[in-house]
Amino acid sequence: MRKQEMSLDGYEGSAGGVTRREFLKFCTGIAATLGVPAMGMQIAEAVTSKQRPPVIWLSAQECTGCTESLLRSTHPTLETLILNTISLDYHETLCAGAGHQAEASKQASMKANKGKYLLVVDGSIPTKDGGIYCKIANKTVLAHLHEAAAGAAAIIAIGSCASWGGIPSSGPNPTGAVGVSKIIKDRPIVTIPGCPPNPYNFLATVLYFLTFNRLPELDSKGRPKFAYNRLIHENCERRPHFDAGRFAIEFGDDGHRQGWCLYKLGCKGPETYANCPAILFGDVGPGAWPVGTGHPCFGCTEEGIGFTKGIHELAELKNVTPPTTYPRITEDKGKGATVTAAALVGGLVGAAAVAGVKFARKLPESSDEASGGRSDKER
Amino acid sequence: MALNRRDFLKVAAAAGAAGAVDTAHALQREPKTMPPNAVGMLYDATQCIGCKACVAACKEANHMPPEHDAGKSELMWDVPLDLSGKTLNIIKVYQDGNVAQKDREINGYSFVKRHCLHCVDPSCVSACPVSAMTKDPKTGIVEHHADRCIGCRYCVYACPFAVPKFEYDGPFGQIQKCQFCAHLQAKGQLPACCDVCPTGASLFGLVEDLKKEAHVRLSKKPGESHRFARGKLGGNRPTQDGTIANYQKHLYGDKELGGTQILYLSAVPFEKMGLPTNVPEYGYPAITEGIQHTLYKGMLPPLALLAGLVYLVHRNAGKPDESGETPRKTKVKKEKS
Repeated sequence: MRKQEMSLDGYEGSAGGVTRREFLKFCTGIAATLGVPAMGMQIAEAVTSKQRPPVIWLSAQECTGCTESLLRSTHPTLETLILNTISLDYHETLCAGAGHQAEASKQASMKANKGKYLLVVDGSIPTKDGGIYCKIANKTVLAHLHEAAAGAAAIIAIGSCASWGGIPSSGPNPTGAVGVSKIIKDRPIVTIPGCPPNPYNFLATVLYFLTFNRLPELDSKGRPKFAYNRLIHENCERRPHFDAGRFAIEFGDDGHRQGWCLYKLGCKGPETYANCPAILFGDVGPGAWPVGTGHPCFGCTEEGIGFTKGIHELAELKNVTPPTTYPRITEDKGKGATVTAAALVGGLVGAAAVAGVKFARKLPESSDEASGGRSDKER
Repeated sequence: MALNRRDFLKVAAAAGAAGAVDTAHALQREPKTMPPNAVGMLYDATQCIGCKACVAACKEANHMPPEHDAGKSELMWDVPLDLSGKTLNIIKVYQDGNVAQKDREINGYSFVKRHCLHCVDPSCVSACPVSAMTKDPKTGIVEHHADRCIGCRYCVYACPFAVPKFEYDGPFGQIQKCQFCAHLQAKGQLPACCDVCPTGASLFGLVEDLKKEAHVRLSKKPGESHRFARGKLGGNRPTQDGTIANYQKHLYGDKELGGTQILYLSAVPFEKMGLPTNVPEYGYPAITEGIQHTLYKGMLPPLALLAGLVYLVHRNAGKPDESGETPRKTKVKKEKS
């Protein structure tokens, strides 16, 4: 413990106004998001190492929402991240330079840090017609991606667009937009879907990579499990209303005003994996997430649901659990016989009875005719 | 035609009578005894809070599909009404009057958990014509092996607790019943229901120990404090301090039908909880097995019967009938006469 404190002593001056206490608080906070206890110091050491890890950020067909979301993170603030934690060598929105300068900086960094830098991609990649629908510095973003991915240690696809195509890939998809994992196959890819994604899921992933030099545990869709292994439905603050059968039926009705479950308004919480209800958005306290404000979740982190299913469409429940009602000791079952079934069974019984009577009539009257006669002949 | 009307009616009457014959009361064989290390569960209804964590955990552990209320189109909840081919474990509720207080027979309510009781002398194992239903000689778990099952459903009718259920809604239905999570126990884990029970209402342990624990609870006065174990009796989970409820002074499953490995404690009479109470202290197989199993012993009696029938047909086949048709076995008949 003592030694670790010593090694951080030099940090205060270089933090640009951040006190040592604030800095350690941030590291511990990130450790909590990740669900790795007592790792705050380790993260602190990783991010104060002399060489700040280089990050190249490519933007493809995107709305800059992911970056905007990141700009609004408060622990750490973006400037702490890019000035003290990582070395953001290229980012179209945040670059100090422009034009040829920016491109040169990117090329220099990619060359110097080959095999070591982290590549972040936001926006979907157009593939139709050779990818001409998104060009930067007179080169398609498809070519940029191939070039940058070749030397990347790992790739983080931030936002639903980079994860699986997002908005550009739904509907007619005129540009042939796809996610990063459809193009790059030979590099580890983490996806942080969401529209926009929660900045802390991104920051936690980056810092996990810096601290342990490996990627966090991922689910089958490449999403870090610390953030995406639970359904929104499981941690939703409105879940008790679902279990009790209290639903808002339309916007503004009594149930909606009282904060009842939004499932019947089309909430996709029961089929969407994300930690929104647990970590919320914007650091402004409870209720600051879509469902908290009264709007049904529309499933932005889930391929095939966000931007694909209608907002009013009912979610398919991924895990169905019992409600808070109970069956009685003996329950009535079935709906009674239908007229057709009764007629059919009655008909069969009648036919069997008639057949039995007819069969009995055909038999000889007494045993003498049959067995007596036979014994005579046999003798 | 060898059959005449009198014989036909006689046979029919005899067949009817055979079904109604009262079996002798003397046991055909000694009742079976519990394996010394049999595992079981003590379900204390007074501890159950009806959270249904066990119902959900059971479905997950055994990969059972949810069951939706047939009358409703919204597939929102798993709402089984009883044990079925999709539900191996269920929490039911007893309610009376104004349902004011838990664990009270009049104007009260109580939860009850229903699943296989893992009888010491199981009727389903006795009734199974193949060896699809087995009782483990060590743990005493009554298991069903779908790969041996011929789908006759005798176990469904034989069980006095109405536990084994058939998947009626599929073309290749199977028998489904609680196997006490034998697959989890093999890995050293607890049965899913005992594992998740937050209060220890479903308590896993050796039947011997559970019986002792139950008798300790029964011997205390209502209102007295008691330390309730959770998960596994004698395990290392935190216990909880509670008070003894106004128990029915009986441990259900101790003697009923030769004893069961799942034991029940309740403050509401057991017959109100849907458990059969007017039952002998020996398992039904102790009576029926003598007859039933002798009839089919080594398949020899059925073979002998078949041989007899073949002989009769053979003997009678040669007789010319009234139409004057040429008898097929004239030669044989001549030799005989």
